[in-house]
Amino acid sequence: MKSLSARRRHPLALAALLLIALTSTGGLYAVFSGGQPAQAASSQSLAIQEGRELYLNSCSSCHGMNAEGTTDGPTLVGVGAAAVDFQVATGRMPATIEARQIPQTTRRFTQAEIDQLAAYIASLGPGPAVPPAAEYDPAGGDLAQGGDLFRTNCASCHNFAGAGGALSRGKYAATLSGVDPKYIYEAMLTGPQSMPVFSDTTLTPQEKRSVIAFVTHITQEGNPGGQGLGRVGPVSEGIVVWIVGIGALVGAAVWIGAKAT
Amino acid sequence: MSTYDTNGGRHGHDGSDGSHGHAVEVSQTPTGRHAVRLTDDPLADPGRPPHEPRRTDVSARARQRAERQVAAMFGLSTLAAIGFVVAFVAIDKDAFVSLPLFGEIGAQNLAFGLCLGLSLLLIGTGVIHWSRKLMTSPEIVEQRHSMRSPDPDREYVAAAVKEGSGESIVGRRPFLIGGSLVGALGAATVAPLITLRDLGPLPEDKLRHTAWAEQHQIVFEHSNLPIRAADVPIGAMITAKPKDVEDLNELAKAVILILRLEPDQVQNARQLELGYEGIFAFSKICTHVGCPIGLYERETHHLLCPCHQSTFDVLDGAKVIFGPAARSLPQLRITVDDAGYLVAEGDFDQPVGPSFWERG
Repeated sequence: MKSLSARRRHPLALAALLLIALTSTGGLYAVFSGGQPAQAASSQSLAIQEGRELYLNSCSSCHGMNAEGTTDGPTLVGVGAAAVDFQVATGRMPATIEARQIPQTTRRFTQAEIDQLAAYIASLGPGPAVPPAAEYDPAGGDLAQGGDLFRTNCASCHNFAGAGGALSRGKYAATLSGVDPKYIYEAMLTGPQSMPVFSDTTLTPQEKRSVIAFVTHITQEGNPGGQGLGRVGPVSEGIVVWIVGIGALVGAAVWIGAKAT
Repeated sequence: MSTYDTNGGRHGHDGSDGSHGHAVEVSQTPTGRHAVRLTDDPLADPGRPPHEPRRTDVSARARQRAERQVAAMFGLSTLAAIGFVVAFVAIDKDAFVSLPLFGEIGAQNLAFGLCLGLSLLLIGTGVIHWSRKLMTSPEIVEQRHSMRSPDPDREYVAAAVKEGSGESIVGRRPFLIGGSLVGALGAATVAPLITLRDLGPLPEDKLRHTAWAEQHQIVFEHSNLPIRAADVPIGAMITAKPKDVEDLNELAKAVILILRLEPDQVQNARQLELGYEGIFAFSKICTHVGCPIGLYERETHHLLCPCHQSTFDVLDGAKVIFGPAARSLPQLRITVDDAGYLVAEGDFDQPVGPSFWERG
């Protein structure tokens, strides 16, 4: 008990309290509102129903009670299950801060809950579905074609080696290192935040697989020439040369010029 | 007697007290020159400090130890050079090793760098250690010789030049030869400039036209397939090119970006007129120095050039809103053919890419 009261001023305490309050309110509402005739519901509509509960608890304050969008968040009608899976599974949503770019954080829902949320959002309007595993398997991609596509379409923002890079006004393209192929696919499909949309009609699933194969290859291979210095190119290399390299030369010059004893 | 202020004062005022800074006493000598005697000059040459013998100068043991150190450095350097050869032979060039802080790095290159670096570094440190500890240590002053040649040499050269120029003028019309020589030298210098013509044909009006023409099919840059207007979703960014154009110089001018926006967000009437149902085609070549523009922020509708951050607002005719570019991106007038695929409706109405001299 002591430890709990000691943590009541913890930064997450308010969030935890809110979560408990919201869940219990939602739960009570669900109990007293009578619920739906469960025996008639298929598993799909049950998932949609559960997803709606989750939505109302965690998303509706910004995206609106019916996902119609508010000044704090865009409408989710027609974004599709793939967008929900990407945003929630990578921990970007639900957003905890108001920022120019919502950062990736730890995931706060189980995959089962994400699937329910996705089912609910997908029921609101047609949008891209979560791709089956075979669609984003890098083994099915063509590395050379993927490299070509990556340099034309992705490298401007995500850097030639997938290390990510700066956009304007504090926004940035995330690093692609360690990103699950599923989320690379979903990001191309739905165009989260600043990213353009590469739908299956503009970049076919086969081409997406090739891009994923290239990204997986280039972010997982080692650095043959030594420390990659973040793989951001001449800036970090120049800093290291100027500070470490010239520093060593200055040290050597001091040693050469010092009087021997 | 007058004082001379070394803090920047001019030659002495009589009665100046010389109270600030250090003063130099100046007195008139019989020859009329000023004899200067330093009294308390902070910049005076302190002379050489007394020579202090090093430990290796006085102790035979210290000297022997230094000798061993130098020889060890040279010996280790040799071993490192041999290690370089061993690394070349023994280490698989595709092998990687994992090091803390460095991650996965190529094993052979790592061994190359360590061995060759160590080899060169040990030669250098060995030589420096040798010179500092063992070579003679007394300080030596070596005077720099005068830049001016001795007077007899100068007189000899001057006489030879005078004599030679006198002898070389033959006949009574010296400027006939001199003038024609200047002409020949000038012609020989200028004539090779004609080879600059080999830099290529004149650009003529090639900078003003691209491969786009009326009803020219627009295809994906990566797959050469035609683009159906209905397949382009809102928020898409497609790199596209004219169909059946193989020449890279032509493609470099003709490549375009296809974007689809919500038409009611676009504020530029001309942009709407050149587009097709919210699909717009802009030249992908930056108007600054010609980099391919590929950085599209879907939410702000800004196109950025990754080279110098020129920013174009695609809601307003791709006007420049930031960066060094001076002109909007040229927009291609597009429509669809009978099957619903995107086609161009003629060429760009202005030259694409960076500005050039005669563009006007």
